Amino acid sequence: MTESHPSDEKPNDGGCKAPHVAHHFDSAQQQYDSAKLGMWIFLLTEVLFFSGLFCFYAVYRANNPQVFVDGHHFLNTPLGAFNTVVLIFSSLTMALAVRAAQLDRNRSVVCLLAVTILCGLTFMVVKGVEYKQKWDHHMVPGQTRIAHWFSDENTQSPPKKFQPDVQYVREHLEEAGHADLDDEELAQRIDNLRSYMGIYFALTGLHALHVIIGVGVLCVVLIMAIRGRFGSHRFTPVDMTGLYWHLVDLIWIYVFPLLYLIP
Amino acid sequence: MNNSSPSPQSASSGSDAALAHVVDIRVLLGVFAVLMVLTTITVSVSYFDFGALNLFVAISVATMKAALVALYFMHLRYDNLFYAFVLLVGVAFLGLFLSITMLDSVEYHPGVEAWQERTQ
Amino acid sequence: MNKPLQSKSTTGSYLIDPPGLKSWLFTLDHKRIGLMFLVLVSMALALGAFFALLIRTELTLPGPTIVSEPSTYNRLFTLHGAVMIFLFVIPVIPATFGNFALPMMLGARDVAFPRLNLASLYFYVIGLVFFLLVLIFGGIDTGWTFYPPYSTSTVTPVILAVVGAFILGFSSIFTGINFLVTIHTMRPTGMGWFRMPLFLWGLYGTAVIQVLATPVLAITLLLLAAERLLGIGIFDPKMGGDPILFQHFFWFYSHPAVYIMILPAMGVISEVVSVFSRKHIFGYKFIAYSSLAIALLGFLVWGHHMFTSGQSQLVGMIFSALTFTVAIPSAIKVFNWLATMYKGSIGLAPPMCFALNFIFLFGIGGLTGLFLGSLATDIHVHDTSFVVAHFHYTMAGGVLMAFLAGLYYWWPKMTGRMYNLVWGQVSAWMILIGFNLTYFPQFIIGSRGMPRRYYDYTRLLEVNPEFTFYQIISTVGGFTLVGGLVLVAFILLRSLFVGAKAPDNPWGSGTLEWQCNSPAPHENTPAPDDVGDCYDYNDLEFDEQTKGYVMKQ
Repeated sequence: MTESHPSDEKPNDGGCKAPHVAHHFDSAQQQYDSAKLGMWIFLLTEVLFFSGLFCFYAVYRANNPQVFVDGHHFLNTPLGAFNTVVLIFSSLTMALAVRAAQLDRNRSVVCLLAVTILCGLTFMVVKGVEYKQKWDHHMVPGQTRIAHWFSDENTQSPPKKFQPDVQYVREHLEEAGHADLDDEELAQRIDNLRSYMGIYFALTGLHALHVIIGVGVLCVVLIMAIRGRFGSHRFTPVDMTGLYWHLVDLIWIYVFPLLYLIP
Repeated sequence: MNNSSPSPQSASSGSDAALAHVVDIRVLLGVFAVLMVLTTITVSVSYFDFGALNLFVAISVATMKAALVALYFMHLRYDNLFYAFVLLVGVAFLGLFLSITMLDSVEYHPGVEAWQERTQ
Repeated sequence: MNKPLQSKSTTGSYLIDPPGLKSWLFTLDHKRIGLMFLVLVSMALALGAFFALLIRTELTLPGPTIVSEPSTYNRLFTLHGAVMIFLFVIPVIPATFGNFALPMMLGARDVAFPRLNLASLYFYVIGLVFFLLVLIFGGIDTGWTFYPPYSTSTVTPVILAVVGAFILGFSSIFTGINFLVTIHTMRPTGMGWFRMPLFLWGLYGTAVIQVLATPVLAITLLLLAAERLLGIGIFDPKMGGDPILFQHFFWFYSHPAVYIMILPAMGVISEVVSVFSRKHIFGYKFIAYSSLAIALLGFLVWGHHMFTSGQSQLVGMIFSALTFTVAIPSAIKVFNWLATMYKGSIGLAPPMCFALNFIFLFGIGGLTGLFLGSLATDIHVHDTSFVVAHFHYTMAGGVLMAFLAGLYYWWPKMTGRMYNLVWGQVSAWMILIGFNLTYFPQFIIGSRGMPRRYYDYTRLLEVNPEFTFYQIISTVGGFTLVGGLVLVAFILLRSLFVGAKAPDNPWGSGTLEWQCNSPAPHENTPAPDDVGDCYDYNDLEFDEQTKGYVMKQ
């Protein structure tokens, strides 16, 4: 840190502040810099929020490398790659939307934000397809519990048990090069897969939650854009949402190879 | 903070004091193209086994992609260097957390395995 | 010295302008948010102290005293710990005095994100409600640390407490972001980094930890909840998880969190010691840098909570060695405070009495921490009441004393009333004596083998018949300590009704918040162009007429 900060240089605030500058700021520049610094610090907290899951991943992979090699055969790499492309493309449209806002091109802002939202929704749909596959084969940790919460049946009756689909597991393990497992070995491997699936759902689930929040915020920003709230001197909401959206992309850039791409 | 970072005023919007730098559209599209190339690379190399290098390759490519997103899409290259510092602090603390925890876990894990074998 | 301000603010006191309950509930004014936080954390303190008294009463005599079931006692110490840590010591100083004083000290109109600040208050309230729900549903018995596998299998409502702590974490992060950004972008032109009051350096270091560590707690608690609800196989060995991993996750937050608690406390002490010694703070830059050093070193020592829990020897040794480094910046601060007092003109007003309590008690707490930081000694005293005494000397002897020092110090500015100074001194003595009576015996019995978290020590009496004597002293001390706190509350609340009107600058402080009216006006006074040295007291003189300090003519 040095003695000065660009925004420390106060302009003359002789009562000529733009109307969108809040009362406690001296200038639009100070307000913008504060928002941006605040956003970056928030992104820092997001990085550390995910750090727990990456740590979970690293520790389990270091101690049980075989489980990860087996486990990734249960994931659908083409779908994961497709989602990577979708998310990076949405990052591009987001960056273009910020640029358009800076250049006062409001119509472009609206279009680009809409495309970004559509990409986010596409990502979620594909994610949903992947989750559905896991659900159908009873690979979701705690599936019995979840099914019980959402079941319409009389809660008095004993809940239906969801055991992982043995045939499904066996097929995928054969793909991973484990042919002719006897029942005991198979049971052991199914048990081991629980932590892998735990990591998979924790990482992708938390990421998906961020995508959903991002889409929600983007919708708000889109409405603001349609109402013409942005311009070359007041695009902070677009810019900040953009930073958040890029961070979501950034995390996926790591999640994808770590979970899907294990040779 | 570094004052030599490009000042926000150097942006090119003509009117007085734009709040931040406007990135050239060709740069954004170029970065997107490179990101797509890197994605293709990382997916295709995953079908080959480089042994211990697998993870290294995957993480390196991911870091390159992440750096591109951060530098250009997130404007870090044009902004106050302090923002980049904030992000790097986050990565550094992630590294600290992960490395010490892993060091410990790898150290005590053989003991856990030995205990599991004894009790089975 | 700060230049006198040309004009006083024309707006009315922040307490009545704007008027009405609604204006309080939706206020964006940092001073009101600080004051509301003060009320809430005081309630949390009262709740925590109530549990503490129950614990002390139970331990007074061997055998079941007031608690018939061990599990009830487990709930008592868990609730005491969780309420005190999450609802009191972590938010107390940043959320109350930080919110109240930080913008005024900077000469800013408000914090950078006032809405976020209000959200922080409401997240705190929601967290508080969750903890009250935990109480209603019978309390939890895991200890405030939520260690699995017990926390994933006990029948008590762990999830509620975990969600409560998760929400309180957001409150803490919001405060941290706000303070960091405000200090970075809203300092006035004339105030460079090293012209800031040291309280702000304390808050800055705190905010750094808040934003770096709290997210890790958040994910830890989420994963714990997921493990308990769904069994994702991370922490519970039955599910293929690793319980030691939880401890790494938890202490990566919770060790730095003790510096979230103590750093702002040290900031308060830096202000108070200088003002009441009428002498420039000694070693300003050392105190400022040591705040950052503590914030960063605090992240390198978390494993010293895990010496006996299955952590590997290698990592244990590394953490033990690193633990000693934290002593250095802490000692730097203590020496600088002592050097500030040396040949100063010390006035023993209540804030200074509590600051002296702080230095004395924190000194003992810090030094006994070295015993716990060295591997071999820790094996002997681990999980004994020695540990309990140690962290109460730092947390209660440190943070609580600094909170009371700050409360007495800023009270005139917050409320516009002066309290009775003599009774304030009496309360400081009462708390000092009560505190030492409570916790010093615990060092002794702890080193002789009294375990913590035991509700009955009958069987230990065969070897250590003296335990009962020490436990009785400790309980007497506990009631004296709480009596002292009640006295403080009484003195301060009484001042609201019969206290004299406070002068603008009753203590002769040089920081900017004392230049406006008491109580502070709704609109903060902007900083003068030339912010001078806030620890230079030569330009101030006591004015008999207003009973406060004014600029020399």
